[in-house]
Amino acid sequence: MNALVEVDNLNLHFPIDGGFFKEKLTLRALTDVSFSVEEDETLAIVGESGSGKTTLGYAISGLLTPTSGRIKFGAALGGHSQDRPVQLVFQDPFSALDPRMMVGDIVAEPLRLQGVSRAERLQQADDVLEQVGLPAESARRYPHEFSGGQRQRIAIARALIAKPKLIVADEPLSALDVSIQSQILNLLNKIKRDRTISYLFISHDLGVVHHLADRVVVLYLGRIMEIASRQDLFATPSHPYTQALLESVPRISRGRRKPGQALKGEIPTPLSPPPGCVFHTRCPRAQEVCRRQVPELLPAPGRPEQLSACHFKD
Amino acid sequence: MSVATPALEVVGAGHVAQPDRPRLLRVSSLSVSFPGAEGRESEVVSELSYEIAQGETLGVVGESGCGKTMTSLAIMGLLPTGAKVSGSIEFDGKDLTAFSSRQWRCHRGRDVAMVFQEPMTAMNPVMKVGQQIAEVLVKHERLSKRAAFGRAVELLASVHIPSPERRAQDYPHQLSGGMRQRAMIAMALACRPKLLVADEPTTALDVTVQAQILDLMLELQETYGTAIQFISHNLAVVSEVAHRIMVMYSGRMVEYAPAEDLFANPLHPYTQGLIRTLPDIAQPMAELYTIPGSVGGKRPSGCRFSNRCPLADARCREAEPALREVMPSHHVACFKVN
Ligand SMILES: Nc1ncnc2c1ncn2[C@@H]1O[C@H](COP(=O)(O)OP(=O)(O)OP(=O)(O)O)[C@@H](O)[C@H]1O
Ligand SMILES: Nc1ncnc2c1ncn2[C@@H]1O[C@H](COP(=O)(O)OP(=O)(O)O)[C@@H](O)[C@H]1O
Ligand code: SF4
Ligand code: SF4
Ligand SMILES: [Mg+2]
Ligand SMILES: [Mg+2]
Repeated sequence: MNALVEVDNLNLHFPIDGGFFKEKLTLRALTDVSFSVEEDETLAIVGESGSGKTTLGYAISGLLTPTSGRIKFGAALGGHSQDRPVQLVFQDPFSALDPRMMVGDIVAEPLRLQGVSRAERLQQADDVLEQVGLPAESARRYPHEFSGGQRQRIAIARALIAKPKLIVADEPLSALDVSIQSQILNLLNKIKRDRTISYLFISHDLGVVHHLADRVVVLYLGRIMEIASRQDLFATPSHPYTQALLESVPRISRGRRKPGQALKGEIPTPLSPPPGCVFHTRCPRAQEVCRRQVPELLPAPGRPEQLSACHFKD
Repeated sequence: MSVATPALEVVGAGHVAQPDRPRLLRVSSLSVSFPGAEGRESEVVSELSYEIAQGETLGVVGESGCGKTMTSLAIMGLLPTGAKVSGSIEFDGKDLTAFSSRQWRCHRGRDVAMVFQEPMTAMNPVMKVGQQIAEVLVKHERLSKRAAFGRAVELLASVHIPSPERRAQDYPHQLSGGMRQRAMIAMALACRPKLLVADEPTTALDVTVQAQILDLMLELQETYGTAIQFISHNLAVVSEVAHRIMVMYSGRMVEYAPAEDLFANPLHPYTQGLIRTLPDIAQPMAELYTIPGSVGGKRPSGCRFSNRCPLADARCREAEPALREVMPSHHVACFKVN
């Protein structure tokens, strides 16, 4: 496999104004993050709110500049060019589309920036709208005439039109009904069968990731807890945080829940992350060493491809 | 607790409805409509009849636009102006449809309380959280301001908000999404209502925080015996809390059964579709099942699901199927179910 994007020891900090007389604070949104996205691969980034998923997606899209570390694009991405062939799809299909613009123009926007004529743009918009399963005359209608799921299709069409090598999709399903989520998951899978494209698919829900991802990165408080193939991650989750995320996916097969199984507490503030393992304040397995020593991202026992950052990993 | 509880026992024990409990709410033939264009009315809830027993959780599911929120607002007396209501709502022996606006105000908070998907819409952004809860107590329980604030702190503690004294002094935006939802639940439970209406209370939250909020609702129900009407578009979420489930489609009830029966034997094609669309982490599939089309748009003639139903035939497009009890306590509205 060929790496499309290589993220190498990425740190991204936001300086926070502590207020008058107070010292400047640093919010550590991402710490020592390294991984790669391969060509034609779907890599899922999973973690709770505030774990740094969007920050990571923005950094890869070039919307945020890393504090340190490198994001390297492989040959397929034209090295280090400014106009990287990366497109973004956002969570909220309602605010992401300009209500005053015709859908055709919204979808063709990336081509306008490339100087393609309007007639040619609208032609291509029609084609790509059809590919995402929208009716033929959609290009000449306005966003408010579409449902949430249809608007997310429009956003995906816009991302596809410039033929990107990578689409960063930031929680593209969270605002949709479950029944519509399945439609969009199928669409993303279909697009991937039809062309060579990679996805960086961001979600807080491992249940959703299962039907799409080739590999999964589990993020917590700006650090990678686990990286594994989908098969390994779901069959033998190694990290206690991954296990907790899996446990929290609602399932109809379990019946009424037995209280007390949920992961306790909340993600701490990245203004002062806990020392040692950042997960130790909530980890059911935490020992003294976890409070002192940051666990390294190392292979799980007997599974060289599955990396887990835990002193007591499975 | 013992170590190995067999999974089956959990499923069975958990889903059992509560037949012996006294009835708390009875909704009969509830319809809600709005005046539409050209003097035509649009009916968003049609002929809905259901009951909730004391201490029971009724799950309400359906895709967005099916009328779940309008149903909840009707029993809260909070429908937007212009809405026309017919049918009857009986709560604890009282007929709510005959209520004056003063009686409704007294009913809300004391008898029933509601939590919403986005707690910010229901909270005052410029008032401290503790004060907002205290205000409810001053109004309904006639506590002194001081006593009410102390009670508010206790309530925040009861929903497991850490350092409740300090958090009571925070404004809503200073809390995380999960903590805001906890505070909202604390406020809803301030006067120990008999019924809590929870409209998509976890939809905006992470799955981990969702699990915590579901735990909290079960725990509070256990402690106070509160009945819950729990609404979600996600059948899997509903299955985690509901004793009984009502499936709504396009303003109508299409299936209504004890949760264990509904999952063991889903009868309506829409319910079957909702179950099949759920991604199942036990069985990954390349292609997920989807229900074609969407709820919105013009209602088809006959059965309202006929334009999306894989089983629809000519009869389905002519007449609307009535709700029938096809097995004990298991109701369904479909011509194809015997
Ligand atoms: N522009 C910014 N300035 C300061 N802090 C920021 C900024 N953007 C993000 N953060 C902080 O960085 C951390 C990571 O945020 P990020 O939005 O990447 O998380 P996320 O995993 O996408 O969460 P969510 O699920 O809520 O979208 C959070 O603590 C957030 O408050
Ligand atoms: N103020 C209103 N006026 C007219 N129609 C409305 C109003 N509010 C909601 N509706 C319609 O009522 C139907 C049911 O809405 P709702 O109860 O909010 O659905 P759900 O909660 O199941 O998503 C929808 O078709 C919606 O468009
Ligand atoms: S290192 Fe310790 S605290 Fe961290 S996940 Fe592993 S066991 Fe838990
Ligand atoms: S009545 Fe006909 S259209 Fe309606 S759900 Fe049953 S089979 Fe489908
Ligand atoms: Mg985000
Ligand atoms: Mg609603």
